[in-house]
Amino acid sequence: MRFESPATLEDAIHLLANAKGTARVLAGGTDVLVQMRLGLVTPDLVVDIKGIPGMRDITPVDGGYRIGAAVTGAEMGEHAGLKALWPGVVEAMELVGSTQVQGRATMAGNLCNASPAADSVPAMIAADAVATIEGPLGLRLLPVAEVPAGPGKTTLTKGEIITSIFLPARPKHSGDAYLRFIPRTEMDIAVSSAGVSLSLGPDGMVEFARVAIGAVAPTARLVEEAGAALVGTQLDAATLDRMMAAVRAACDPIDDKRGTAEFRTKTAAVMAKRAAKTAFARAGGKS
Amino acid sequence: MSKIHVTTTVNGDTVEYLCEPTETLLDVLRDRLNLTGAKEGCSTGDCGACSVELDGRLVSSCLVLAAEAGGKTVATVEGMAKGENLHILQEKILEHAALQCGVCTPGILVAAKALLAKNPDPTEEEVRFWLAGNLCRCTGYDKIIRAVLDAAAEMRGA
Repeated sequence: MRFESPATLEDAIHLLANAKGTARVLAGGTDVLVQMRLGLVTPDLVVDIKGIPGMRDITPVDGGYRIGAAVTGAEMGEHAGLKALWPGVVEAMELVGSTQVQGRATMAGNLCNASPAADSVPAMIAADAVATIEGPLGLRLLPVAEVPAGPGKTTLTKGEIITSIFLPARPKHSGDAYLRFIPRTEMDIAVSSAGVSLSLGPDGMVEFARVAIGAVAPTARLVEEAGAALVGTQLDAATLDRMMAAVRAACDPIDDKRGTAEFRTKTAAVMAKRAAKTAFARAGGKS
Repeated sequence: MSKIHVTTTVNGDTVEYLCEPTETLLDVLRDRLNLTGAKEGCSTGDCGACSVELDGRLVSSCLVLAAEAGGKTVATVEGMAKGENLHILQEKILEHAALQCGVCTPGILVAAKALLAKNPDPTEEEVRFWLAGNLCRCTGYDKIIRAVLDAAAEMRGA
């Protein structure tokens, strides 16, 4: 294995684009090193991107935040402005692993690892986050939901790197939240999960909402019908029932040791309901 | 396979080593630098026995490549005592008998030190949450938590 720590993005892309055999980008390494250790992947080339300018920065842009690909969960949790604007995304990222893992793990890595149960991904999808991808053919922007292609697979092509993730500005009276079901209190992998982002209009009704679910399909997915069900309401019981039905209809989970398909489907809807209520309260909503 | 030359700072000392690209920081600490305080428990970032601080940030050294440590500062459990004088956390772990086999203890000490640097007055829940990634199969955790809270109080001068 060859280890490279390029000082520029151009060098990193060149290394990855011309790599023979298996290449891996190294940011926090909390997935890559585990996979290497378990023999799941034997890279011929590892490219550490942490030395590239901008990768470790959280930058305010157009009222939102650009989060460099090597920014850790711990750094996100310590950023007051980011936490105030997108508390649900930050709380989702902070659920990943232990304090030790938080010191290294990155949101871009969580996305690129492409686990269906990745905690930050439903929250990012609900937030309408956009990944900046740079590669041999230049730069492209891709909604986060379109990055994972299935368990362990992404739509990135050879030589491409996610360089940052953009969390956009949002109107006043907005809130977001992420919840997952696990049988423990921490340090576990989601059995089902949901992220909700919503904004309230001047009348206090939900004006706009996005609901995304995780661990219940090959990739995290946006449930447009669930978001639409919340619009024009203050989350009364009938509304939440309609939203939950839309979530259940969008679930396509597997049975495994963490939970049955039936259990995952049921709890995903419950997570979405509770996350919606939290997001509503954070937006300043009164029901 | 050519070895990588790394210059880094470990417990305040400048250290140089040659490592394989696949070696972890834990491998180098233990096998090349003879700092065997950090332990290999799971080697997959789940147990916390290999905890060290890297540029002041608590990490699992099994999930850091040794080559990544170049130009950084590493703090291990070996740097906690000053000569014969134990760190307050070490004294309190002994006083509370908060260990049995001891394999998790170095990681817990490093993790607890990082917590108290960030939060000198943590609640019990905060201590438990912070140390959730440090597994102990002997003590049942209570004595560890009490030792950390006691150390925190003493360090605050309470």
